[in-house]
Amino acid sequence: MKIQVSLSALGQSHWSEYASRFVFGGLATALAGIIAEKYGPVVGGLFLAFPAIFPATATLIESQEKKRKCGHGVVSGRRAAALDAAGAAAGTFGLMIFGFVVWKLIELLPLWATLLLATLAWLAVSISAWRIWKAR
Amino acid sequence: MLIDILVRFAVGGVIVSFFAALGEIVKPKSFAGIFGAAPSVALATILLTVMKEGRAYVSGEARSMIFGAVAFLVYACVTMRVLRTGKWSSLSVTGSVLWLWAAVAFGLWAGVLR
Repeated sequence: MKIQVSLSALGQSHWSEYASRFVFGGLATALAGIIAEKYGPVVGGLFLAFPAIFPATATLIESQEKKRKCGHGVVSGRRAAALDAAGAAAGTFGLMIFGFVVWKLIELLPLWATLLLATLAWLAVSISAWRIWKAR
Repeated sequence: MLIDILVRFAVGGVIVSFFAALGEIVKPKSFAGIFGAAPSVALATILLTVMKEGRAYVSGEARSMIFGAVAFLVYACVTMRVLRTGKWSSLSVTGSVLWLWAAVAFGLWAGVLR
């Protein structure tokens, strides 16, 4: 299946949907910092892969799908959210690689180079995992 | 401490919103889902923590993050299967299954990392 990019999709979301993602993301990051401060980096690090934004995104996808079908798309909305979860599952393989790259390289390379390599590795592994899942 | 939390909130909010916007503009839906597991919280935390605690500290956090991501994989797979049935709302499923993420993450911490 072909991956497509459509910038016009940005205008379809209400400002409150962007605001809720900002708040969830901000809270998750602040919480990860507080936990690391209190319990140390080993416990705090677990929360760098906490599914912070996923519940909000899945809920928005369900409500958008319901709206698109004028209130008759309850089941299809939930199935659309299930597809989003499948993509997130593929993305978690990328998250594992991101953590691995930072763990091994952050003391050897400049910070910017480590984060750039880790983010590219996340994207490449996530796309590969998603393609393997689609080809099944 | 309060300023540190506010800075983390703002930087985390911006980076998470950026990845969420990327997820909005790509299709199909299942591919957009990978942005739900973007390293947004990690990027914000690492950027701020390196300055305060140093690289060795962040390296330890990144090692634990791998186990957090394994827990996220279990969480996403269970969520996907339950949502596919169409019986329960996304909010109730994604919210109520969060305990599973915590159980797997802390189980791995107790068994491997501690």
